[in-house]
Amino acid sequence: MDTIQRNMSLTGEPPKTINRTQKIATFIGMFGLAILLLATFNVNFPNKGLWLSIALLSITSGIILFAKGAYSNELEGIKNHGVWFKSISSRGFLAWISGISLTGFYVILYFYPVYLGLNSEGENTGIIALFDPLSRILSGNPASQWFVYGTLYTIAIFAFGIKFIWKYRHNRYEKIRTMSVMFFQTAFAFLIPEFMARLNDSEAYNLPYYDLKSIWPLNYYLFDSYSLDGLLSSGNLGLYMLLFGVVSIFIITPILTYKYGKRWYCSWVCGCGGLAETAGDPFRHLSDKSQFAWKVERWVIHSVLVFAVLMTTAMVSTYLGSDPNAYWLTRDVFLIGVAIFLTLIFVLIWIFKKQELKKDARYGAIGYFVIIIGLFLIHSFSGSNNIFIFEASTLRLWYGFLIGAVFSGVIGTGFYPIFGSRVWCRFGCPMAAILGLQQRLFSRFRITTNGGQCISCGNCSTYCEMGIDVRAYAQKGENIVRASCVGCGICSAVCPRGVLKLENGPMQGRIDGNEILLGNDVDLMTLVNKN
Amino acid sequence: MEHIVIIGNGISGVTAARHIRKLSDKRITIISAETDHFFSRTALMYIYMGHMKYEHTKPYEDWFWSKNRIDLKRAFVKQVDHKQKSLILDNGEELGYDKLILAVGSKSNKFGWPGQDLDGVQGLYSFQDLQNLEKNAPNKKKCKRAVIVGGGLIGIELAEMLHTRDIPVTFLVRETSFWNGVLPSGESEMINRHIRNHHIDLRLGVNLKEILADDAGKARAVVIPETNEEIACDLVGLTAGVSPNVDFLKDSGIELGRGIKVNRFLETNIEGIYAIGDCAEQHEPIGNRRNVEAVWYTGRMMGETVAQTICGHRTAYNPGHWFNSAKFFDIEYQTYGWVNSDKRKPEYEEHFHWIHEDDTKCITIATHKDSGKFLGINTFGIRMRHEVFDKWLTEGVSTDHVIRNLRYANFDPEFYKTFEPQILSAYNKLTVNI
Repeated sequence: MDTIQRNMSLTGEPPKTINRTQKIATFIGMFGLAILLLATFNVNFPNKGLWLSIALLSITSGIILFAKGAYSNELEGIKNHGVWFKSISSRGFLAWISGISLTGFYVILYFYPVYLGLNSEGENTGIIALFDPLSRILSGNPASQWFVYGTLYTIAIFAFGIKFIWKYRHNRYEKIRTMSVMFFQTAFAFLIPEFMARLNDSEAYNLPYYDLKSIWPLNYYLFDSYSLDGLLSSGNLGLYMLLFGVVSIFIITPILTYKYGKRWYCSWVCGCGGLAETAGDPFRHLSDKSQFAWKVERWVIHSVLVFAVLMTTAMVSTYLGSDPNAYWLTRDVFLIGVAIFLTLIFVLIWIFKKQELKKDARYGAIGYFVIIIGLFLIHSFSGSNNIFIFEASTLRLWYGFLIGAVFSGVIGTGFYPIFGSRVWCRFGCPMAAILGLQQRLFSRFRITTNGGQCISCGNCSTYCEMGIDVRAYAQKGENIVRASCVGCGICSAVCPRGVLKLENGPMQGRIDGNEILLGNDVDLMTLVNKN
Repeated sequence: MEHIVIIGNGISGVTAARHIRKLSDKRITIISAETDHFFSRTALMYIYMGHMKYEHTKPYEDWFWSKNRIDLKRAFVKQVDHKQKSLILDNGEELGYDKLILAVGSKSNKFGWPGQDLDGVQGLYSFQDLQNLEKNAPNKKKCKRAVIVGGGLIGIELAEMLHTRDIPVTFLVRETSFWNGVLPSGESEMINRHIRNHHIDLRLGVNLKEILADDAGKARAVVIPETNEEIACDLVGLTAGVSPNVDFLKDSGIELGRGIKVNRFLETNIEGIYAIGDCAEQHEPIGNRRNVEAVWYTGRMMGETVAQTICGHRTAYNPGHWFNSAKFFDIEYQTYGWVNSDKRKPEYEEHFHWIHEDDTKCITIATHKDSGKFLGINTFGIRMRHEVFDKWLTEGVSTDHVIRNLRYANFDPEFYKTFEPQILSAYNKLTVNI
């Protein structure tokens, strides 16, 4: 007989088309976008400050009004009605159009900013010129393509954040988490760096653009020579900032992750996560949940991490001198230090946590470890000026292009409507990889399953933006301890039987299943003895 | 190699198959006429509502079955011939077995209403029912009104489903309050109000007299005897419970009652044939449970149990403390132990009921009057920890203990408001008054 896998949406139709409020909202939002589009095509608006304000306000209020139209007449509670029937959220025509436009925008933004009006000589034109007044208010400088992007990014998180809060208003965890993400984006990622740039007016400062909440290796340019030069030439403030950057990596991050899991960062603070959680929320169910995708994910994300470690080591070591009399931290001391540090981590995990690693994780760990140490050895014996096999700047260039631009930007965000909202976080982010290792091996965080109450309905898995098959654990009564979980809490929110809860608890027994509650009340000991 | 054949690929049959595979190397075949692969029946509603697609309701990927050497066969079993140990399928094929597990589930109840078999009249249990619903009620233009008959869990789910497509719903409930054969009145009344808040036309204390047909033989209206009112509609949902799907076994020699009669080991009267899940009927009720339990969780337990028996550890079906859960539109419901409705409440059972002022959260705790012992809890809008209540029920603690320690049982997400102090003070007032 035929396989019946009929997509119900073929016969159904969206629960409702958009209502009047939403139509008005769409008009207002599109009006704002149209102004930006006209500016991009070099329409010269007379009063730029005014027109920019009109555009940004229209976009923001359009989004918020749209959310009001969608949720204000509904009672509180999860309402994912018709998600799979709507073109935009089920990889339909609208989804492809948005995906292609977003991707196109990213390509232009990263590789052809001149089309946005960034002129190397002379004044900005186009859309970048439109943003000049705002940029001058904040930092005193004319806008760049990154300022335009940052402003739109912040507006997206802010306005879609309000939409998210409206949708999940019955859920305090989601509300508080979203406010946190909105705050960190607006203050730390957007305003503070702009204000910091003002300091550079003074001779004493030469600070690079620094989003303080962006931690290495996500912030891979922290150790670029221009960044180090800038920080080191900016007196104590610069030094403190560099120190803070290093302390964040080695001390703050592990402690917080131990206590709360990686969610404190990935879904409470991080900007990439922030965009995924707010603007990306309508696409969270599109992530691939197959076991195959999981296998790919583990290899890709950890490869990016290894790449990031090598690239950074190479960058820093080229920055350092080789004369031991000039400064104690020479190239060789640094390289040996890194090698010892990595070996130490590897050995400690191997001794204390080996039984928690699956077979392929063990192979992967050994493989990468051998490669890294091998490269160190090649370097020290070959005596070449190149660090490892490639020049540091070549590595940095490729990392910036492949990972920083193509992966995190073009694919990560541009493909929201096709692959779901957390493609970058799931497959590419080296920061997520590090935090994930910490979370998997040394964290008090887990998602607990409520005894035997799971009905295997699949809402949790479907709405997991990280593509975790939550149901597979829940129906076994097992706690969920996964490196990739960002702790967004949506699985718990969409569960119709209240089976899942995000918790911080003791390390002991954090994975244990609750098999006795799943089913028959057997005397397990007797059974075991009989077997 | 011993060949185990399982009829039915619902939670009971599939759990049995998985556990037999865990415990043994036997050849396993699952036969189903419904779908090729196991899906979660309880999630059918989410497909219609557009939360999930059919694929999302499958707990295992399609490669799972061949990898675990569980053969799947799409066929309808017409007859069981236990003397030959063979099954006769609808395509005429015969299939031999060494042991047979009947996990054939339920069908929707029909009580002989005139017009109950018309086009546009249906229940909601199987995948095919959902396909019919897509045909009968794809949108509010083709289905201008739906009438749902029968006030239980499936009825309210159907109401919620239709509501998401803006289809007006009239909900006919025979009882004077929704599900008050199961829920104490305070809870049942809160759900009445919640249903009406969703603009469902809830009619309590009314019956169905007949379903009227149009010229094409399609349902066009229902008649209510109490008022003689005729309600025009395009869909009639029959959700007045389910009963075991055992018609095809009538002449098989397998003992039937309402369902397939089984002993505590889930064995039928014929050796080598077992029945589990919705279709199994215990000779004697177990504790306060009913003879036929059409519940997801009990189906799963029976699947585990029968797998033990078939793999050589003859094990009685011995379910632990009763628990269940459901969702009424936006209100989650969980129950642990026994809280009886006002109708069924035994003389020794007394209730403490607390309801939040927002009318979406409440709890009811049942206590043994004489001993003060905790008997069970119903919670609405507050999640509770299964493990904790299981322990308390096993230990036989008092209701005082439960109320004082309620916070340890809370399972709501972080940062949620908690109501334990309010509940405690309400309880204290009550006990002081008494």
